[in-house]
Amino acid sequence: MENVLVAATIMAGLGFSLAGLLALAHRFLHVEEDPRLDEAEARLPGSNCGACGEPGCRAFAEKLIAGEAAPSGCTVSSPDAIEGLAAFLGVDPGQAEKNVARLHCGGGLAQAHQIAEYVGQSNCRAAHVVGGGGKGCSWGCLGLADCEVSCDFGAIHMNSNGLPVVDVALCTACGDCVDACPRDLFTIEPLAHALVVQCAAPLEGDAARAVCSAACDACGKCALDAAPGLIEMRDGLPHIDYSAGGPASPEATLRCPTGSIRWVPAGQFEEERDRLAKDSMTLSSPPAGGFHV
Amino acid sequence: MSFFGARSFRHGVHPEEHKDQTAHLETERMAFVPRYELLLGQHGGKPSVPVVHPGQKVVRGQLLARADGFVSTSLHSPVSGTVRSLDRCRHPNGSLVPAIEIEADPFSAQTWPEPKPTDPSTLDNDQFVEFVQSMGIVGMGGAAFPAHVKYKLSPDKPAQKLIINGCECEPYLTCDHRVMVEFAERVVRGIRILADNLRIPEVHVGIEKNKPDAVAAMREAARGDERIRIVDLVVKYPQGAEKMLIKALLGEEVPAGRLPLEVGALVNNVGTMVAIADAFDLGRPLVERVVTIAGPNVGRPSNLIVPIGTPVRDVLDTCGGLNAETREVVMGGPMMGQPMISLDAPVLKGTSGLLAFPQTQLDRAAEYTCLKCGRCVEACPAFLNPSKLVRLAKVRRYEEMEQAYVMDCMECGSCSYACPSNIPIVQLIRVSKSSLRGKKRG
Repeated sequence: MENVLVAATIMAGLGFSLAGLLALAHRFLHVEEDPRLDEAEARLPGSNCGACGEPGCRAFAEKLIAGEAAPSGCTVSSPDAIEGLAAFLGVDPGQAEKNVARLHCGGGLAQAHQIAEYVGQSNCRAAHVVGGGGKGCSWGCLGLADCEVSCDFGAIHMNSNGLPVVDVALCTACGDCVDACPRDLFTIEPLAHALVVQCAAPLEGDAARAVCSAACDACGKCALDAAPGLIEMRDGLPHIDYSAGGPASPEATLRCPTGSIRWVPAGQFEEERDRLAKDSMTLSSPPAGGFHV
Repeated sequence: MSFFGARSFRHGVHPEEHKDQTAHLETERMAFVPRYELLLGQHGGKPSVPVVHPGQKVVRGQLLARADGFVSTSLHSPVSGTVRSLDRCRHPNGSLVPAIEIEADPFSAQTWPEPKPTDPSTLDNDQFVEFVQSMGIVGMGGAAFPAHVKYKLSPDKPAQKLIINGCECEPYLTCDHRVMVEFAERVVRGIRILADNLRIPEVHVGIEKNKPDAVAAMREAARGDERIRIVDLVVKYPQGAEKMLIKALLGEEVPAGRLPLEVGALVNNVGTMVAIADAFDLGRPLVERVVTIAGPNVGRPSNLIVPIGTPVRDVLDTCGGLNAETREVVMGGPMMGQPMISLDAPVLKGTSGLLAFPQTQLDRAAEYTCLKCGRCVEACPAFLNPSKLVRLAKVRRYEEMEQAYVMDCMECGSCSYACPSNIPIVQLIRVSKSSLRGKKRG
């Protein structure tokens, strides 16, 4: 009995003395934190997506308080939330360019030629490992929805043509789909950059058309029709340089024989959706939220 | 490890062999076809660089593309004819990759020019390595890694033992078996050239016990050479993997992530030895190889000597074509081979077999949950824990898989073979590895 009492007394003594140490440390080693930090973090969405370029929402809040970032740097928050945050911090909300994920492939089930049947795990990475599904094009979308799975915001849905449709209203440009795609078909682009090349195959002419009816055949008409310097043909594909060239316009896309370069003011594959709707085909997974922006 | 007198490594599996179909068939030479496609990147390392132009006439064995850097090799024409184009062609894995297309000259006799022997004893190590590279020789076991890279001597880690791989542990394949039976002299000649030039005192040839005729032929050919030891091994998969073979023959383990040279070993396939012998004695570059065409759906199973670059469709036609029920053609063995997406793809330097299967043999049995029975752990020759890796792979915890040494997996497939719940273990691991590599790049 005595032993137990001794042990209990020692443990209690240890506990109290260590607690005392902690109390002292709290008093003398206290780090003064901006009281606005917690409030600012609470006003952020808390998804820790990384689209702002910071490792998480708290890091972004720190940047906000330090004045190194503007509230609009958070692409996930609604305009109202950003206004509120700016008012709370007493800063200008700033102007952020709306960025979205763009898919550089237009070869869905209806366009890309199938040369084999893929049987195996139903994800893009697995198909990519064994040679890339059944499509004849070895650069195009595999259509097994790795991007849809990776999207934390539910902004990507596969359409009935087997291509991922990005809902520009929901897309926060976090870049998860860019990492998820084994064929690197997604890039993050400003929404204002409406010229989108929907092909990644470096093939030219008949070789390109032999694998997909929506493939860029490198005819170069878009480069000729666009403002000088805007579009450059390189490795069988048009490359658009908004910094060097003049203003972009839909002109460049008008003579494209395969429709591989598109003028996309909002979401991709809208015509596709309209056409499918007209044909009264049912979408396997109807895009949520629509394409309004 | 010794087991009833025969040696082997620990773990591994023993799939049904299916070798009776072709093991007794003598190699035949395939007739020339009108068109050949030589892929520039058919070996490990950097793709070769073309040195010919469309319209140019080439003769059999002429250089088509030169090596680009040290880890790369040359490419030669398998036929006399005309370069038709430098364009893209289908790789057996379906991707469209740069290739040189050769149209065979229908009026050519396709004879070899006069043999131009090179005396290996006159070459120092650098010249020897350069010569092997200029002959386009790659490891013929399947991975097609440029052979000369292994022959470069390093002063701090000299190769003490030459290990020749005659295991052929993959089911169905019999090309190495036939090479040893029919060309044992050439194999031994290649071994001697290599051992002499690299001053290797010991040679171990590992052959599985299910090929007694190959063991006998090799023993006969190597008679009187004190250096060469022919060892018969227990029949087990994946014994043909470098590290497993070293373990079986020398009892030594190569550390994870290191090369066989770490234990002073240099591993080569029997087919590579024939290529070396032909290169030095006859001046012939690597332009053909033995391919086993087998499987339940091939009209006439064969062991064919096929010019590299022959479209697979033509090879299969030579072997009586495929029957109507064929659903899949596999290039390589059934354990590690690649299902072909297009039969337009050509035979590569690393193509050991072409196997055709019907739907009934491809149907995947229903997958059940893991029983934690541990058969995959017992099967894994790399001593990993496939069960744990699968559990992590299914929830995409790839970084934790890396800590569980997933990168040491050689994807032999023993775990998938052993799994009673039909879990596609190696397939999940391959996806995870690909994902990890993708993350590293970005």
